[in-house]
Amino acid sequence: MNIVNAVTNKIKLFDYKKFLKGEGALITFIVLFLFATFKYDQFFTLLNFKNVLRQVSMLGFVAIGMTFVILIGGIDLSVGSTLAVAGVVAAKVSPYGIGVSIIIPVLIGIAFGVTNGILVTKLKIVPFIATLATMLGIRGIAYIVTGELSVGASSASPGFIQLGRGYVAGIPIPSILFVLAIIAAVLVSKKTKFGRHVYAVGGNEEASKMMGLKVHNIKIVVYAISGALSAFAGVILTSRLGAGQPVAGEGWELTAIAATVIGGTLITGGVGKFTGTLYGVLITGIIQNMFNMQGNLNVWWQNILMGAILLGVVVAQSQTARVSKSGNS
Amino acid sequence: MDERILLHMKNISKNFPGVKALKGVDLEVKKGEVHALMGENGAGKSTLIKVLTGVHVEDSGEIYFEGKQIFTNTTLQAQKCGISTIYQELDLIPELSICENVFLGREIMKNGMIDWRATEEKAKAILLDMGIKVDVKGVLSQQSTAIQQMVSIARAISINARLVVMDEPTSSLDEKEVKVLFNVIKKLKAQDISVIFISHRLDEIFEICDAITILKDGERVGYSAIKDITKLQLVSMMIGRDASKIVSRKKSYSKDKMSNENIIETRNIVREPKVRGIDIEVKKGEVLGLAGLLGAGRTELARLIFGADAPQSGDIYINGKKVKLNLPKDAIKAGLGFCPEDRKVEGIIPHMSVKENITLAMLPRLTKMGVVSKKEQEKIVNKYIEALKIKTPHMNQAVRNLSGGNQQKVILARWLCMNPELLILDEPTRGIDVGAKTEILDLIEKLAEDNISVLMVSSEIEELMHACDRIAVIRDGKKAGELYAEEIGEEAIMNSIAEGGK
Repeated sequence: MNIVNAVTNKIKLFDYKKFLKGEGALITFIVLFLFATFKYDQFFTLLNFKNVLRQVSMLGFVAIGMTFVILIGGIDLSVGSTLAVAGVVAAKVSPYGIGVSIIIPVLIGIAFGVTNGILVTKLKIVPFIATLATMLGIRGIAYIVTGELSVGASSASPGFIQLGRGYVAGIPIPSILFVLAIIAAVLVSKKTKFGRHVYAVGGNEEASKMMGLKVHNIKIVVYAISGALSAFAGVILTSRLGAGQPVAGEGWELTAIAATVIGGTLITGGVGKFTGTLYGVLITGIIQNMFNMQGNLNVWWQNILMGAILLGVVVAQSQTARVSKSGNS
Repeated sequence: MDERILLHMKNISKNFPGVKALKGVDLEVKKGEVHALMGENGAGKSTLIKVLTGVHVEDSGEIYFEGKQIFTNTTLQAQKCGISTIYQELDLIPELSICENVFLGREIMKNGMIDWRATEEKAKAILLDMGIKVDVKGVLSQQSTAIQQMVSIARAISINARLVVMDEPTSSLDEKEVKVLFNVIKKLKAQDISVIFISHRLDEIFEICDAITILKDGERVGYSAIKDITKLQLVSMMIGRDASKIVSRKKSYSKDKMSNENIIETRNIVREPKVRGIDIEVKKGEVLGLAGLLGAGRTELARLIFGADAPQSGDIYINGKKVKLNLPKDAIKAGLGFCPEDRKVEGIIPHMSVKENITLAMLPRLTKMGVVSKKEQEKIVNKYIEALKIKTPHMNQAVRNLSGGNQQKVILARWLCMNPELLILDEPTRGIDVGAKTEILDLIEKLAEDNISVLMVSSEIEELMHACDRIAVIRDGKKAGELYAEEIGEEAIMNSIAEGGK
């Protein structure tokens, strides 16, 4: 009996269906990576890797925040607008040094996030509408504050410019920060009370309430994290471009949602992981990179490919969910 | 005061707009006792439990726990007092692991991080203690309902609950799983933990419980040790009526006069856990009542006949022909109609007009070349508004503005205009005022005269006695007895419900 059990256990050690379901984003990423390597000579070069990594890191911060929000069963459409306001503010305060240019925009981002959180929890507005409203409002602020013009960052603050353009040990600083943020998010999600409560609230809000979890606080903190990370992305973007632009980040909310969902996070909340989001973000970067190198294709094919991958992931998810369900009964 | 008393709810009252849900109810539970709480739908059981567990706040009355007065105004307060609830709809997080569900909200921490190893070990120990061997790292949703329930109980134990409330814990378990649950309950008893056990299955109550409180219409109508009460007494306390209140049925066929033509027949039809092999037939022009306690399997049987659920085994015959009903639309085609128990969820479309609601199912028949014939539609609607005396200012009124009785009539009209051979009515008079009730019952009688058969599920004995030609009693998913016209009487029905004999 025990032997039989042991054998079946061993066979089950590698459950490919489970693997496909859990790591669809990783597999997609590897396929795209191999394809690009064979197709484009310039792809597999250190310089190109650095560029791609730097390019995706700003979307990456936004996507980490978005993953938290989607995990609790919410959505945050205001991230792109928050990014723009933060970027503009960072440019304006850049003469006061790098510290101020990071802290003030991030605080503003947190304020926007807390606003979203309060709208969603205390005022019980559905997240889609609440953050759609703040998305419009915050974007408006970005245009009004700048008079629709881009704001140059002060060259008197070389430290600030380094944030977006500099390297440490040959690796772009934004990429290092992004990887650190992913590691932090993974740890928070797996090892801390807050992280587990995020999953619990997303998995079954009513039950979480009954278990005595502070559902409202958790949600507000999650939206604040999303606001803070989007703002930080805006700061880095300004640093990299040398200017803050009121149009920055337009449409990023949707790309971030796409990257999160491609990464395996369920849009209904409660299920997902941050490594998945990392792959989701890398996939968007690699697609863009491939199209740049191809050169002769209409750029809108990028969107078509992204859309196709997104659909593929979601269809695969629903199929595996069906298989595991019928397998149980 | 008796030292063995753990919980004493004293004179609890609770009103909802328009309803006195609890009228000065008392509940006493001793330490280490399994206490049954019984009553039909609307008797006040769940309100009482919700007052105890902090979901509702009582309007008046006091709660004493371990000799001290407590205030359970939130679920958290109740939990802190040592009262845990295992809900019917399991209140756990399906996508998290078993051990995490046990300790969620009270995580075991080490250096600011969750100590997963300790969490796993402790959860495993608690479950093993209950006699449950399971991989605690596994995702909860992959487990059977029974195991999920055990996890819920393990959670209660881990927060040192003194009293565990189980709201119909056996309703979705099979027999084996019920045994496991009962063993766990016995272990709780041994640890001097009390259990409030809500179930509609009489056998279970008599097997596992020590004492019982019976509620009816928001009042305590009975309180006894289990050994001092019989099943019949219990049933009559729960659903018994004053004989004077019962209007005797107006007409009936007796056994020999009844038509031999079966509109519908089921043969040994099974869908676990609620329907466990039922034979039933409805004859032409007959009103067959399905009696039984809540959860006995009546609604589930009706849904099987209508094709809303698929049977696991057994056959259904319509007009003598064996049929396979995969979806309600097959049943509709075969001439069946179904008015569900929960009008608001399954019946009416509240924002649509009376006209649209009535003609919803028959639209395909009214359509000529893709366009709905308005004249035809209004003719039919007018006919049924008149025939059923639907009280509505005009046919374009939104259905949600109508009273419950008139909403029910709209649903009836919807099916009647399809010219059905058999109408299934699940609790047709629930939530309807007395006047409309009589009208609906009269209507049912008229249907039978027009040779439309009716299968009627009802929890109100007087209603069944009023309207039915024949009554089948369902008990724990099986047919416990059948009563023909001459035999239909309150005593006979209750006897059948209680003892399963005729």
